[in-house]
Amino acid sequence: MTKMPEIDRDKCDGCGLCVEVCSCHVLVLVNNVVEVKERIGCQQCSKWCTMCEMVCPVGAIQCPFEVITEE
Amino acid sequence: MLDDPEAGIILSNMTVKVESLQSNAYFSGLSAEELASIQEHIFEKVVTRGEIIAFEDEPARAVYFIISGVVKVFKTSPDGKEQIIYLARPGDSFNDVPVFAGGLNLASAEAMTQVVLYGVEKDVLEASLREYPKLAENVLKLLSQRVEQMILLVEDLSFRRVTGRVAKILLENAVDTDGQRHRLTQQDMAAMAGTAREMIGRSLKLLEDEGKVRLERNRVVITDKKALREIAGVGM
Repeated sequence: MTKMPEIDRDKCDGCGLCVEVCSCHVLVLVNNVVEVKERIGCQQCSKWCTMCEMVCPVGAIQCPFEVITEE
Repeated sequence: MLDDPEAGIILSNMTVKVESLQSNAYFSGLSAEELASIQEHIFEKVVTRGEIIAFEDEPARAVYFIISGVVKVFKTSPDGKEQIIYLARPGDSFNDVPVFAGGLNLASAEAMTQVVLYGVEKDVLEASLREYPKLAENVLKLLSQRVEQMILLVEDLSFRRVTGRVAKILLENAVDTDGQRHRLTQQDMAAMAGTAREMIGRSLKLLEDEGKVRLERNRVVITDKKALREIAGVGM
């Protein structure tokens, strides 16, 4: 299972809000489309902060999670 | 430079662009002449990430329009918990309600990125509203939309409906006994629950505070399935 934000390159309009809001500085704009810069960088968040997903005005970034039941 | 009501923030009225004003719903439909007249009274603020633009319970001095960046509008509970009311993006405004009501800031506002704002002070705005009927009409529409949003929020908060729906969604999407994994985003959950994404974050935190789930990186762990079922209103 991936632990990085998932980016829909077709939806991304290159506004850069996610890049500015990312506290781990792992997102970068390349040719006006956001990309994850360092695969390890996002691990710096103590939790899956999901701020990039939250600020994206076009829904181009997703931070999915799974639900499990503790035994 | 103008007098700065809050220290440490750059102020200037030299770079306010009419085009930026036109793209804001406040000023939609105003003539070039009217916009030019209003432009003279608008100031620009550049705020660095993390700076507080407005503090809850302090006098509201100006309405702000976001030109670039993101502003978090939030309230803090007595025990220090933060609740995001909404995120304001380019084209949005904030601080309108306390400015028009003549009271104190209802929430705090923090820059989540570097933010460029245009601001207009209360007295100037009131005079412009009297002078330009179109501006008054636009403001009426915007404030009516805010009232609609707040009524929906009250409805959700009053009846804990969202938390119940979130609990149900979590139960329905927990990893199956056959190990099949369902992956969700908070946006997915908002769409399923028929509410705003901010409400999902709030509900998940509430469930965590009550010990019913544990929020971990990339996953939500149901720690008290029975209690979650009760909240969700589903049988055992």
